[in-house]
Amino acid sequence: MPRIVVEVMPKPEILDPQGKAIASALPHLGFDGFSGVRQGRRFELTVEGEVTEGILEQARRAAEDLLSNPVIEDVVDVRVEGDA
Amino acid sequence: MSTHETSTAFNLDTVSHASDTPDTELPWAELGLKTDEFDRIVEILGRRPTAAELAMYSVMWSEHCSYKSSKVHLRQFGEKVTEEMEKDLMVGIGENAGVTDLGDGWAVTFKIESHNHPSYVEPYQGAATGIGGIVRDIISMGARPVAVMDPLRFGDIDHPDTARVLPGVVSGIGGYGNSLGLPNIGGEVVFDSVYQQNPLVNALAVGVMRHEDLRLANASGVGNRVVLFGARTGGDGIGGASVLASESFDDTKPSKRPAVQVGDPFSEKVLIECCLELFHAELVEGIQDLGAAGISCATSELASNGEGGMHVELTDVLLRDPSLTPGEILMSESQERMMAVVTPEDAARFEEVLQKWGVEFSWLGEVTDTGRLIIDWDGETIVDVDPRTVAHDGPVYERPHHRPAGQDELQADTFRASPAAQSLPATGEELGAAVVELMASPNMADVSWITDQYDRFVGGNTALSQPDDAGVIRVDESTGLGVGLATDCNDRYAYLDPYAGAQLALAEAYRNVATSGAVPKAVSDCLNFGSPEDPEIMWQFAEAVRGLADGCQQLGIPVTGGNVSLYNQTAGRAIHPTPVVGVLGAFDDVGRRTPSGFERWADGQAVYLLGVTGDELDGSEFARGRGHLGGVPPQVDLAAEKTLGEILINASRDGMIDAAHDLSEGGLAAALVEMSLRFGVGSRTALDGVCERDGVDMFTALFSESQARALVALPRSEEVRFTDMTTARRFPAIRLGVVDAQSGAIEVSGPVEGSGFTLGIDEVRQAWSATIPSRFAG
Amino acid sequence: MSPQTPPTPAETPLIGDYAESSAALTGARIGVVTFPGTLDDRDAARAVRLAGGTAVALWHADDDLGDVDAVIVPGGFSYGDYLRAGAISRFAPMMTSIAREAQTGTLPVLGICNGFQILTEAHLLPGSMIRNDHLKFRCADQVLRVENTSTAWTSQYTDDELITVVLKNQDGRYVADEETLTRLEEEGRVVFRYVGSNPNGSRNDIAGITNAAGNIVGLMPHPEHAVEAGYGPDDAVGMRAGTDGLTVFTSVISSLTSSGAAL
Repeated sequence: MPRIVVEVMPKPEILDPQGKAIASALPHLGFDGFSGVRQGRRFELTVEGEVTEGILEQARRAAEDLLSNPVIEDVVDVRVEGDA
Repeated sequence: MSTHETSTAFNLDTVSHASDTPDTELPWAELGLKTDEFDRIVEILGRRPTAAELAMYSVMWSEHCSYKSSKVHLRQFGEKVTEEMEKDLMVGIGENAGVTDLGDGWAVTFKIESHNHPSYVEPYQGAATGIGGIVRDIISMGARPVAVMDPLRFGDIDHPDTARVLPGVVSGIGGYGNSLGLPNIGGEVVFDSVYQQNPLVNALAVGVMRHEDLRLANASGVGNRVVLFGARTGGDGIGGASVLASESFDDTKPSKRPAVQVGDPFSEKVLIECCLELFHAELVEGIQDLGAAGISCATSELASNGEGGMHVELTDVLLRDPSLTPGEILMSESQERMMAVVTPEDAARFEEVLQKWGVEFSWLGEVTDTGRLIIDWDGETIVDVDPRTVAHDGPVYERPHHRPAGQDELQADTFRASPAAQSLPATGEELGAAVVELMASPNMADVSWITDQYDRFVGGNTALSQPDDAGVIRVDESTGLGVGLATDCNDRYAYLDPYAGAQLALAEAYRNVATSGAVPKAVSDCLNFGSPEDPEIMWQFAEAVRGLADGCQQLGIPVTGGNVSLYNQTAGRAIHPTPVVGVLGAFDDVGRRTPSGFERWADGQAVYLLGVTGDELDGSEFARGRGHLGGVPPQVDLAAEKTLGEILINASRDGMIDAAHDLSEGGLAAALVEMSLRFGVGSRTALDGVCERDGVDMFTALFSESQARALVALPRSEEVRFTDMTTARRFPAIRLGVVDAQSGAIEVSGPVEGSGFTLGIDEVRQAWSATIPSRFAG
Repeated sequence: MSPQTPPTPAETPLIGDYAESSAALTGARIGVVTFPGTLDDRDAARAVRLAGGTAVALWHADDDLGDVDAVIVPGGFSYGDYLRAGAISRFAPMMTSIAREAQTGTLPVLGICNGFQILTEAHLLPGSMIRNDHLKFRCADQVLRVENTSTAWTSQYTDDELITVVLKNQDGRYVADEETLTRLEEEGRVVFRYVGSNPNGSRNDIAGITNAAGNIVGLMPHPEHAVEAGYGPDDAVGMRAGTDGLTVFTSVISSLTSSGAAL
């Protein structure tokens, strides 16, 4: 069954406390190669049958209206993935 | 260390450049300055301001920071004071928060602030950062924050706007406050259509300290170092000032500045513990939290309250967003930041403490005695001002005000004369049904769906919390010394008469604190109003402040701090005047606190009503239920409030009473029911005595909102001692009946056959507890 | 509505007047770990004192357990719970030391709330906690049944005793795979179970569990908030009078004393 993957990230200019806390924990565990972390969210919308342009458009609207908070988050990707 | 981009990203506007280019057009109007305000800045500086200076003045001279419309009225809080009021006052209005002596070397500090508009824009983050800001005010006094409270006001309970705002606000308060380990011990939840699009999200925080830990926001000691620590500085809160994105003002670089500030409670919790360790080790000379106006406010206030001068290098500020211009850095309202003044000798130990807690910091400069606040950017001076002119000498307005044209008509429209008063409940059956309906109404209903999302236990010192009359916190574990706190405001009363309304808010908070057994000591207020540019709104404001100041003087407790929130209106529709009043009281031993309900072991105890009941239905909850708002609010009698308070406090101290609950919204009916709902213990009472003594009918006895009243329950063995006390003080007290722990019912009888009723506690509870979850759960 | 005759008010304990210096009844030294974001560490330390032991502050970044006889990993939001509750704290040097000692089956370790989450992240206890089924933080008085009284932390309770403590969490829903659940049930390792309605959707109404040796116990509700009359949950005696949680702390002190560890 195909699914539509929606990825939501905090807007770049918005503080991301989650990412910040993880970023400061990494070096303590010896992971010193990273200068920053931002934490987002991934949604998987399962579709019965074919993903039409109409369904994809619905997913885009759902991503903007429901899955993300447009005040503090950006929808960075809405894409179709095949069977898992 | 430096995180700033090279200054080629914008054209640096230095002081010398400003002197050389006097005719440059500046966006002062876009930054909210009026013509005469800008002219005054030029006059103060003797030249045009630099972009950075303009940023500082515009934000510090804003209504929010300068109190320019309210200052002339707020002065009364400092003028209408007596010796009694100053007795325990260690720090009054003007500092981050007032400080009151609690005895035994302890002091307490508390303050209410608003975060109204941000909570409308993004309810979760707005409410969360509101808690964060008020808690940092408390820390910056040197205190450990010990509790928070939230007076909340939303639109109509069934309006979509409320459905959007309330859940976010509640989880924001919980999400932030719970993560700080601060018990949430009370507050208010009010629904009224006047708050649609203008919800009021006020937050109160209280902190405690030993006297020697008191810290003030001043930069003393020439040569001492200035440090900024906590979160990095981002573009938060400067969206409206995006004209500063290009400091040359000749082009408009697209600027992406966050519309919303995101709170980081984890960073704040670490900041609290870090600051307390710094205080304990005596490593800071002065400290200031960064809230509105960020570094502009912190540097100018610290400098002007201390030796008078400071010299800082702005490129040393650690940035989250390296594209910020100097002006933006000065205005940024990024959360979870503090500024401190540290002696050079203590600098190394200061750094050790910050490193232990993993808190980032950067040294920005030092205290000077030049009387100038100098801010450099890569060594070039971009700000050179007298800090007092920024922090304290802002504009002051005597805004015109007059009694609203419709005020007389409003006051003439009494409940009794209105159509709403036709066919009032009279029979026992009707009265019983009206009581259940009242308790299920949005403003009387159970708010535990909201307050159960807050941690009320953390810290192990919470002796009372919602739904009791006051929140009570133990301060000293060895003695039981502690504080009681309540916040109140009936906006409907304030709308009918702002002077009386403010006093009624004060009276109710005072009464709530005294009902818990605490001796009222101090007041903090959060004055929420519409636009001060509307003379009718300004009249409401002026009247409310005058009422509050007069009331505090009569009660003998000072206003120690607070906050003014203006412009709470949308499309010309203003909120009701809402002067939220917080009263703080003291306990020698919180073990003596009085619960608000009948306890299970109290079967057979006597129930007394204190105070007189008049025919006062205007502005009442009953009238609200019938859609009526008019007339004049209940009469204020602060002398009676004071006597009632003394009775309740003495009765608590001497162990005479085992339960007490004040009468306010919903009158006797609500108080009687609430005392049973608290622990599921019923009562049998007869109101014929009250009806006869006060000349009122059953309906009025139940629903009138006359002030200076309370219900108490006491063992029969204490009745003589208690009534001797009320008689000696000439305060009316009448025995209504007894606590009944067996019946599971609230039984009320009236003067004539058939005017009484019996309500099952479970039945009332069902109606009372369903209202809020039915709208917001799921 | 309970018709039984309660004590008269005169006998009702007033709020405890427990001085900080209340002398320890035994030599039991119980460590309380503080991580950045820990909230209930002072409460846990107070519970230890009220139970008669000596509370020893342990800092997450140290690795020296000193001479403590038992350890409490208290509640809170360590590292903000931002990644997953307990996910970052489990890597603290202090946790490595605790895990080393605890896995020998001797050092009694109690994880409360966030502490329980840290213990599961550290694989000292099986399963995990996820977001409550109602998705909200909930603070309430909660009745539990003590189903295992052979652990170091429950020895002084009676079998199937009902206790009231405080529940307050957002990620409190205990989950584990079927095999783990079956093993926990068969081996009697469910220590505390929710009674009445399940407050968060935890599998099998599980509120707390133990390891096979019985020295490590984790639970979501907060016994340390039910140790002092006047500041605990409501109970039959009166408002905030509940002290049922105190037995957790007297239990460990008693087991330490009888095993000689604290002498």
